[in-house]
Amino acid sequence: MDAILLQVLNGLDKGGAYALIALGLTLAFGTLGIVNFAHGALFMLGAFCAVALNKLLTLEKVTLDPTQKTPWGAPLEIRTPYVEAWLGDFGKFLVDWSVPISILVVVPVMLLIGIAMERGLIRHFYKRPHADQILVTFGLAIVLQEIVKHFFGANPIPVPAPAIFAGSADVGALFGLPPNTIVYPWWRLIYFLFALVVIGIVFAFLQLTTFGMVVRAGMRDRETVGLLGINIERRFTIVFGIAAIVAGLAGAMYTPVLPPNYHIGMDFLVLSFVVVVVGGMGSLGGAVLAGFLLGILQSFASMNEVKAIIPGIDQIIIYLVAVVILLTRPRGLMGRKGVMED
Amino acid sequence: MFKRNARQDLIFFLVFSAFVLSMPVLLAPIGAGYPDLLQKFAIYGLFAIGFNILFGLTGYLSFGHAAFLGVGSYAAVWMFKLLTMNVIPAIVFAVIISGLFALAIGYVSLKRSGIYFSILTLAFAEMSYKLAYSVLTPLTNGETGLQVKLRASGPVTDLINQDVRVLDAAMGIEENGIPAPSLFGLEITGWQAFYLCAVMLIAGFYIAMRINRSSFGMMLRAIKSNQNRLNYTGVYPRPYLLAAFTISGMYAGLAGALLAVTDPLAGAERMQWTASGEVVLMTILGGAGTLLGPFLGAAVIKYFENIFSAINENSLHAVLSFLPDPVENALVSVLSMFVGEGWHLTLGLLFMLIVIFLPGGLIEGFNRLIGLFTRSRKQTTGENREEA
Repeated sequence: MDAILLQVLNGLDKGGAYALIALGLTLAFGTLGIVNFAHGALFMLGAFCAVALNKLLTLEKVTLDPTQKTPWGAPLEIRTPYVEAWLGDFGKFLVDWSVPISILVVVPVMLLIGIAMERGLIRHFYKRPHADQILVTFGLAIVLQEIVKHFFGANPIPVPAPAIFAGSADVGALFGLPPNTIVYPWWRLIYFLFALVVIGIVFAFLQLTTFGMVVRAGMRDRETVGLLGINIERRFTIVFGIAAIVAGLAGAMYTPVLPPNYHIGMDFLVLSFVVVVVGGMGSLGGAVLAGFLLGILQSFASMNEVKAIIPGIDQIIIYLVAVVILLTRPRGLMGRKGVMED
Repeated sequence: MFKRNARQDLIFFLVFSAFVLSMPVLLAPIGAGYPDLLQKFAIYGLFAIGFNILFGLTGYLSFGHAAFLGVGSYAAVWMFKLLTMNVIPAIVFAVIISGLFALAIGYVSLKRSGIYFSILTLAFAEMSYKLAYSVLTPLTNGETGLQVKLRASGPVTDLINQDVRVLDAAMGIEENGIPAPSLFGLEITGWQAFYLCAVMLIAGFYIAMRINRSSFGMMLRAIKSNQNRLNYTGVYPRPYLLAAFTISGMYAGLAGALLAVTDPLAGAERMQWTASGEVVLMTILGGAGTLLGPFLGAAVIKYFENIFSAINENSLHAVLSFLPDPVENALVSVLSMFVGEGWHLTLGLLFMLIVIFLPGGLIEGFNRLIGLFTRSRKQTTGENREEA
């Protein structure tokens, strides 16, 4: 029982990341009909927004203290981040909470990047075949990740979570199990909740606002909405921006779980595409469901008991599931009729 | 297309062969006249020509072709280890194995089309890549890579680290140290390796040309232009697709085997999906659907990879030293993004530009240039594209 619960928990944070990326991919696909291979790069850019903010906040002033000596006899260097020197305790708080604070940076930055991407590049590819869309966004992904590599180097850059969340939560106690049977890092729990909140906001936005209603109508029948005198193109541009924000947020909050490097986006992209296809192209609910499902499946497959029966299953389970689903249920779990049927 | 006669084809083919064989002389002035680089042109050219048979003719975009390259490499190295250092069995075995592998994967993947096909091939390739690192280590030797080792003197317990080379042993070939691949006694290193690859490339090019001109090639192009209509006329396209997929997998296996011949070491990183992306880049850059395009794209990418990644900040400073210092420093810091380690940035940009402005690749660019100078109204651009 506790082992199963632990694996479910283990799958939740990764599943959350898959679900968020897949949600953005599906949004872009469902509205603009674009197959965006650069979506993983947006995830990566979000992560590096968090990294950049953290670097900025921890820029240090070095002062030499002649009264103290290091063991080598040189004067002791005292490093204090500028923010701490200027703002005192509040500065300390800023540095500590840099990852959650980066959300404030990520939202406008990613919105801009997303809109610029749609206006500047993707707009010209609506009428081109899907293969061309895949290729040009694949090229864009390479360009984006090489730019990041140029500025941040090739090594993963660790970014700490706030100190409060550093430890692990005794989740087992909540379910009436003896203490310390299921311990789980706080931050990963937070990430799962965060993913749920973001997904909730996106769905609420689409279901409860007029804007969302128009967008949903446009996803169903773009032409009719256009004939009603609504500028659906502009709304879809904003939806693309939202998709970029979702990917960026997923990336920024994921930094304490997995130190990002420049190709983290590509690693997630492949899996997220599989998630989208399993969930059903163009189905938002399917993307979220498949994201969590595959995340949890993956963590089950990496249990030693399972690996003992089928060796190597943890490495390939996601792809295997994708192959089976694609061959048995061509529309994916919750795919709509008439979307990408060819 | 039907106007083209066999003689024109023959001339085209002969010119191509002559060019490939004289590359060591012709390309020496641009700094490419050495075997290591030229054999890469030939190997990746083969890979791209094969990929083009699938993607260029049928329009099915596979993102998993690197898997066949990797399988070919492993198969070739195993032949070196078990049978003989002679390259012929290695190449034949690699082509057969990767063909079978492609047949199996193609059979499943081709049940779907469009983006689903791309995702399926991607999934299979990633599975092979992951398995090569985990469960299949007895076959692939994991991250170390599969290598040719010394021939075992006593009883063999560990095939990864002890080679048998049954045929060589039976023929009484002596080995001093780890042997190099050979062709009936002729050691395949340096220029010999290039010429082996070049001959393979020419043969591969010839087969691709025959396919292109055949009714089979016509059928593949029909699938690309309108599969529905083909269905309605009563043609079942999947066997044709499967044949094209398998053939292109065999090309990839041949390229993998040649990689193993030039450097008898096979690693799983060759199978990663970014490697599949690279062959897509090559084909698109040169011109998908054309005969010459894929080879051209492969050569251009490998050449610039070699040139650009060799440039560093110092050499930039040396070139730009005539400029005033601040300008020089600014220019160097900008340019250094695009060279050396940052060569992939140039590649990505170039690729985007090609897809956006020149969907037909370099070949289309040439044809447009030619069209600018020789304005004959009778020849349409569609006809021009066939020229390549």
